[in-house]
Amino acid sequence: MKNQLTCIECPAGCAISVTIENGKVVKVEGNKCAKGEAYAITEIENPVRILTSTVLTKDMPLKMVPVKTSAPIPKGRMFEAMEEVKRVRVSGPLKVGETIIPDIAGTGVALVATRELTKS
Amino acid sequence: MVERDLVIVGGGPAGMAAAVSAYENGVKDILLLERDQHLGGILNQCIHPGFGIDYFNEILTGPEYADRFIKKTESIPQIDVSLQSFAVHLENDKTLTYIKPGKLEIVRPKTIIMATGCRERTREMIHIPGTRPSGVFPAGLAQKLINIEGLLPGKDAVIVGSGDIGLIMARRFLLEGARVKAVIEIQKETRGLKRNVVQCVEDFGTPLYYGHKVSDIYGKDRVEKIRVVKVDENFADVPGSEFEIECDTVLISVGLIPENELIEMAGVAVDKSTNSPVSEELNKTSIPGLFVCGNSYKVYDIVDSVSRDSVIAGRLAAEYLKGLK
Ligand SMILES: Cc1cc2nc3c(=O)[nH]c(=O)nc-3n(C[C@H](O)[C@H](O)[C@H](O)COP(=O)(O)OP(=O)(O)OC[C@H]3O[C@@H](n4cnc5c(N)ncnc54)[C@H](O)[C@@H]3O)c2cc1C
Repeated sequence: MKNQLTCIECPAGCAISVTIENGKVVKVEGNKCAKGEAYAITEIENPVRILTSTVLTKDMPLKMVPVKTSAPIPKGRMFEAMEEVKRVRVSGPLKVGETIIPDIAGTGVALVATRELTKS
Repeated sequence: MVERDLVIVGGGPAGMAAAVSAYENGVKDILLLERDQHLGGILNQCIHPGFGIDYFNEILTGPEYADRFIKKTESIPQIDVSLQSFAVHLENDKTLTYIKPGKLEIVRPKTIIMATGCRERTREMIHIPGTRPSGVFPAGLAQKLINIEGLLPGKDAVIVGSGDIGLIMARRFLLEGARVKAVIEIQKETRGLKRNVVQCVEDFGTPLYYGHKVSDIYGKDRVEKIRVVKVDENFADVPGSEFEIECDTVLISVGLIPENELIEMAGVAVDKSTNSPVSEELNKTSIPGLFVCGNSYKVYDIVDSVSRDSVIAGRLAAEYLKGLK
C-alpha cells in the first residue's frame, strides 16, 4: 500500500510517498533530508506531535506562561495532556526549558516552560 | 532634547537583531524603544513550534526564539532598552517623540531604524456583508487573548482565510476545548504552510473549504451563524451552493500590512498598495539615515529571514554614522 504525506518537520513541507507493508514502512520517497524519512516512519507507525499551550500563573506579573512538551507525544494523547495543562498553576520564577510537569499524561515526556517567568 | 547616535523603534525580533548588529558594527549609543512591557514582539504570542530552523538550526517556539535575542540584547550595556515607550511622532529631520508612563520624551537621533512590525487586515478590508455583532476577531488578536491574556474568545468558531495564523488558531481553539466548525478559503489552495494544514486542520478532522467564501455574517449582539457560498474561477458566487454554519465566533485571517504611519509622517515615500516604504535597496528609504526592517519593511513569513535582514539594517545604520564623522 502507498500513502501520501506532507512532511511537517520544517516549512518546506515536502510531499512524501510511503510504501507500507503489514503496518510497517518499507520505502520512503520524495523527502529531501533524513528528518523527512524519520517523520514518515513515525507518522505511519506511531504518529506524534509536540504539544504547545499556556499555563496559568499565580501571583506573577505574566498571567500565562507558554509551555511545550520537551519531545513529541502520541497524537492520541493530546487532549488528555491538555487536561493536565489546564489544571496546573505555576507561582515561582521559571527559566526557559524548566520542567513544570515531569511526566505528562503518562507519556514519559516533560512539560517545560518556553518563556522566562520572573517576579518583576 | 536628548541626542542619540541610533534610535530603534520596536523591540521585536527585527529591532533586537538590528540593535545587536549595530553594536557589533561599532555603534555604542543605542536607544531601543518598545511600547509593550516586554521585548519579543509578536513572537511572545506565537507559542507554537516552527521558528529558528534557518537561523539557529533548531526548531523553537516563538517565545524561545525571542528569548535568545532578549538575552543577547540585555547583555549589551550600550543598548539602552526603554519599555512602555510608545513612539508617536517622527519628523523629517528624524526628531522622534515618544510617550512613557507619565512622560513625553523628545529625542534627536543621528540615525534611526524603524522595526514596528505589522498589523492585521480586518473584516472591513475584505468586505463581508451582514450585521456587525460581537464575536468577529482578527485571528492574531484572538491568539493574543488566548496565549497572553488567558481568555477564550468563543466556543464555536469558523475561521476565514487559511493563512498560517488562521490555521494555527484552528488548532489552538480545539486544544482549549472550543469547536472549530470550518476553515473557509476563497482560493483553491492554502496561503499558509502545508505543514500547518496537516497538523492544525487535518489532524483534528476540521473541514477546510477551498474555493468558498463567507457571504454573510448574522447575529444581533453576538455572531449566531454565517452563510458560505462556493465561488468559481472568477470568484463569482455559484448559485445554489450556499449553506449556513452556526457559530458564535468568526476569526479573520486574511493577511498582514506593514505598520508605517510614523515614517509616512516624516515624509518617507510609502507604496500605497503594500504599505511598504518605497525602497531601492533592502531596508533603505527615501530619507538617508532612516532605515526600516522586519515586518514593517515587508511582510515576512519566517522570522529567521527577519533576523537575517535586520542584521543588515544594523550594519547600514553603523555605516551611515561612520559617514557622518
Ligand atoms: C500569528 C503569527 C504566526 C507566525 N508564525 C510563524 C512561524 O511559525 N514561523 C516563523 O518563522 N515565523 C512566523 N511568523 C512571522 C514572524 O513572527 C514575524 O515575521 C516576526 O515576528 C516579525 O518581527 P518584527 O520584529 O518585524 O515585528 P514584531 O514581532 O511585530 O515586532 C514589532 C514590535 O514593535 C513594537 N512597536 C510597534 N509600533 C511601535 C511604536 N510606535 N513605538 C514603540 N514600539 C512599537 C511592537 O510592540 C512590537 O513589539 C508568524 C507571525 C504571526 C503574526
